[in-house]
Formats: sequence, structure tokens, C-alpha cells
Amino acid sequence: MNAKKVDKIANVVIYTIVALVVILLLAILGYILFNGVPDISWHFLTSAAQSFSSGGGIRDQLFNSLYLLVLTIIVSLPIGLGAGIYLSEYASDNWFTDLIRTSVEVLSSLPSVVVGLFGYLLFVIKLNLGFSILSGAIALTFFNLPLLTRNIEESLRGVPNLQREAGMSLGLSNWKTTTKIVLPAALPGILTGLILSAGRIFGEAAALIYTAGQSAPTVDYGNWNIFSSTSFLNPMRPAETLAVHIWKVNTESVTPDAHLISSASSAVLIIVILIFNLGARFLGNKLYKKITATK
Amino acid sequence: MKEYNLDDSYITDITEESALSTKDIQVFYGDNHAIFDANLVFPRFKITSLIGASGSGKSTFLRCLNRMNDKIAKVDGKILYRNVDINAPKTNVYEVRKHIGMVFQRPNPFAKSIRDNITFALKNNGVKDKEELNQRLETSLKEAALWDEVKDNLDKSALALSGGQQQRLCIARSIAMRPDILLLDEPASALDPISTSKIEETLKKLSEQYTIIIVTHNLQQASRISDYTAFFHLGHIVEYNKTVKVFTNPKMKATDDYVSGNFG
Ligand SMILES: Nc1ncnc2c1ncn2[C@@H]1O[C@H](COP(=O)(O)OP(=O)(O)OP(=O)(O)O)[C@@H](O)[C@H]1O
Ligand SMILES: [Mg+2]
Repeated sequence: MNAKKVDKIANVVIYTIVALVVILLLAILGYILFNGVPDISWHFLTSAAQSFSSGGGIRDQLFNSLYLLVLTIIVSLPIGLGAGIYLSEYASDNWFTDLIRTSVEVLSSLPSVVVGLFGYLLFVIKLNLGFSILSGAIALTFFNLPLLTRNIEESLRGVPNLQREAGMSLGLSNWKTTTKIVLPAALPGILTGLILSAGRIFGEAAALIYTAGQSAPTVDYGNWNIFSSTSFLNPMRPAETLAVHIWKVNTESVTPDAHLISSASSAVLIIVILIFNLGARFLGNKLYKKITATK
Repeated sequence: MKEYNLDDSYITDITEESALSTKDIQVFYGDNHAIFDANLVFPRFKITSLIGASGSGKSTFLRCLNRMNDKIAKVDGKILYRNVDINAPKTNVYEVRKHIGMVFQRPNPFAKSIRDNITFALKNNGVKDKEELNQRLETSLKEAALWDEVKDNLDKSALALSGGQQQRLCIARSIAMRPDILLLDEPASALDPISTSKIEETLKKLSEQYTIIIVTHNLQQASRISDYTAFFHLGHIVEYNKTVKVFTNPKMKATDDYVSGNFG
């Protein structure tokens, strides 16, 4: 066979595989959206879930998911930044940093249900935090941290070394060079990674079932006192998220419209994650253009 | 490659005031001995070129002079600046680098505006006064012969400038710190002839106020702009003399071969 022919066959094979993957993904997405979107209504988004009768909504679950997401990012971003900066800017290559990197990798491949059970035993039971948003946020931090750290480290490493040398040659300290020169240049990548990880957090269920719990007690959205047990902001209350709600409605719900609720909830979940993803691209590009001044 | 006796060298005595001098500098990258017994005196307000084949150790030597080799290589010996050994372990390297600035082979402006590129390090060194910052911005851009081209776009990103402009911006950024000495590692090697000649003019003018040490592969450039020239070969300084002498009447066989193109 001549080179041209081989190329042609390879092309056909590759395109077929790509087409298969795209069709499969579009089919799943399309199925979920097609089944769910018609049932999404303002009423559905803003009313509480019903246990026995039909017509329930997902107000609390949606809020819980967002709240948990915010808390998780507040907890994991500083840790991820610290670890990423250490690994990329300060650590020298030795057995210790190898150990850290390996641990991060192992942690990132841990099944989320294992993270959830670990969180259950340690935070919910041992530390007495109970089924709570806080326990959930900590479990999600464990779940999120490895990839976030990795992403931050890679983004920082992507900044050319010449930038660091420029900072050094002006008599700036290592810390100043890192925070004021390298970090801003790495920001678009870090932001994109952060938003993508937000998508994963938002869709996570297994790690939350035994940590944030499976119930959504009625809360008062006018009560801003974080310490009050009826406040929507109270981090010590149990909080069923959207993804957990979908799982629960599908497994044990007795409401007559369970199927409708799970379809519509899935569609909402997918739409939110799509918004995160597109937003990540948009913001990342915009920031990159702003920083490099390419139009 | 031809064999030369590396223990033989011709280093001229400098009678002018010294801005910086090195004593028995040795550099090791792990087991690789990259610089052997470098003894040079750099006269004040002069341009000194470092020439030599690729891998001869020019960059390595240059980077020792403002401690940019810390953490990369082991540097033994003394570097005397204002009668202080700045290669001593307890030296404040940040302070050293404020006095001895550096410009690199590839332009490396920060991903910031032109203005911030110049003022960023100044602000971090406690220059807070707006008047003074603007003043320094303007003078250093003028000294680097860039002012006229950018004065209307000071808040534009530096990355939008051409390579030659970026390199002059990097020179301006260095001199905004008002260093004594400016080290340049092949600052024009990535640039077109016009940008190159602009940079050469700039350096010529700067040498009235600064001591300049420049690595270059371009022998014409070295002979055009520099007062003194040091020739490096395999980590040894083979010859150091007035530039005219190095190019027209070299004392060492290796230098002769190198400047006349019969090397290697
Ligand atoms: N970061 C480094 N790590 C290890 N060895 C290095 C490093 N930088 C340079 N060397 C070695 O030191 C020697 C001198 O290199 P150097 O870069 O100083 O040469 P140079 O004269 O600047 O060459 P060029 O003209 O190509 O820039 C070479 O043998 C090189 O392999
Ligand atoms: Mg070099």
C-alpha cells in the first residue's frame, strides 16, 4: 500500500470514531434535554419538593447545589492555590514532591462514593458534624482538590520561565514574582479549570448522599442569620442537592410524577453545567485576550 | 575542533576605574565544570563584549554577575562590586539585582501595560509618588529610544509591541531601576537589522551613564559598540583587551582564528 492510501484509510477510521463519539454525546444530551425541558417551568424552579403528591419543584435542591458549590470553592480554592503554587514555584524535584504528586494523582482517581463514605465516617460520625452542608463541602473538597491543584500547577508551569527571570532580575522577591507576575499570567487557565471543576461539583451525587444528606428541610429564605437552624445559610443543616434529588426520586420516590421530576431536574442540571462550561470558555478567552492584548 | 592550550591567556590590565571585577570564578553545573578561573575587571562607563562560540560559557558567566545562577549552578570565587564581595552567601541578592540589571536574549515583557511594565518594580521598591513614577517612566523610555513610538499608548499591553520594541521596553524596564551596571545576553539576536541598530545606538548612549556588559555572537556588533572584548573558549577566558586590539591584533592563536573565521 502506498502512503496516500494509508493516509486515506486512517482518515476515514479517525473521522468515523470521532463521529461516533459526537453522535453518542449529542444523543445523550438531546435525550435529556428533549425529555426534560418541556416540564421545566417557573413553578417547578421555585416551589418546594413534594414527598407524596405531584406538582413538586426543586427550589431547595437547586439552592442547596449552588450553596454547596460556593462553600466548596471557598474551602478548596485557597488550598488548591497554595498547593499548586508550592508545587510549581517552590518545590524542588525530590522524593518528597514526587510523593505529593503521586498522592494527588491517587486521590484524583478515588471513586467519589469512597470519598463520600470516608466523609461520612470522619465528619458526620467521628467529628459529629452530622448530615450537613459543611460535611458535604468538606467531602467535595477532597473530591475536587486533586484536579484543582493539578490544574493550578499546570497553569502556573505554562507561564514561560523568562517571566520569572524578568522579575528576579529586577530585584523582586520570589513571592512577589509569583503573585504579581506569574499568577496573573496564569489566571485564564486557572479560571477555566476552576469553572470546569465547578461543573463536576455541581453534578456530584455519590460523595454527598452520606455527607450532605438526602433531606431538604424547609428553610426560611428571609432568615439571614447563619446560626439559626431555619436559615437558608445555616451550614449545619442537611441539604439534598439536585443531583442527589435525581438519584433519590428515581430510586425511592412515591410521588406520582417522579419520572417527570427526574427528567426535568436532569435537564436543569445539564443546562447549568453547560452554562458553566461555555462560561469557562468565554471568560478564559476574554481574559487571555485582555492579558495578551491580541484582538 | 582545533586544540589550543587553554592554560595560556592574555588578560590586559585595566587602569580605569573598575565598576565590577571577578576573582577566580568557577562555575559548576553538577559535575560539569563550565567556567574556569575567570578573572576580569570591567571598567566603569564602558561597554564590554563577551564573545565566543556557542557553549563557551558566556551566558553562564554573565548570569553569575547578578546572581541569576543561584539555585541553578554552584559559583565559587569572588565578585567585587564597590569593594564588597557580592558572591558571598550572606549578600542580599535582591539588592544586588537592583544595582546590576539584566536584559535577556528573548524579549520578556510582563503581561501588563507598557506603563506597568516600567513602574511595577519601582512601586514594589517603595516609589509611590505619581509624579516621580511618571518622570521615571518617561526618562527610561526616552533613554531606551522607545518614547516616541509608545507615548500615546502607554496603557496598551506591552505584548502588542513588536519584538524590537519589546526588547527596548525591557531595556527601559531595567534602567528605570537606575542600576549601575547593565548586563545584556544577546539582546539583539532575535531582531531585524533596523531594530538591532536602534538597540546599538541606545546602548552607546547609555554607556555615558551605565557600565554595560553584553554577550554577542555578532562580531561586527562587538567591534562597533564595545570598548573592551573578552573572548571565551570552553569555559576559559582566552583573551581580554581593548576591542580594537582583540579584532586587529589578537595576542592568542585561538582569538585570531575566531575573529578571522578560521575557528573549529
Ligand atoms: N542550566 C544549565 N544546566 C546545566 N548545564 C548548563 C546550563 N546552562 C548551560 N549549561 C552548560 O554550560 C556550558 C556553557 O553554556 P552557556 O549557556 O554559558 O554557553 P554560551 O556561551 O552562552 O552559549 P550560547 O552562545 O549558545 O548562548 C555548556 O556546556 C552548557 O551545556
Ligand atoms: Mg548564551
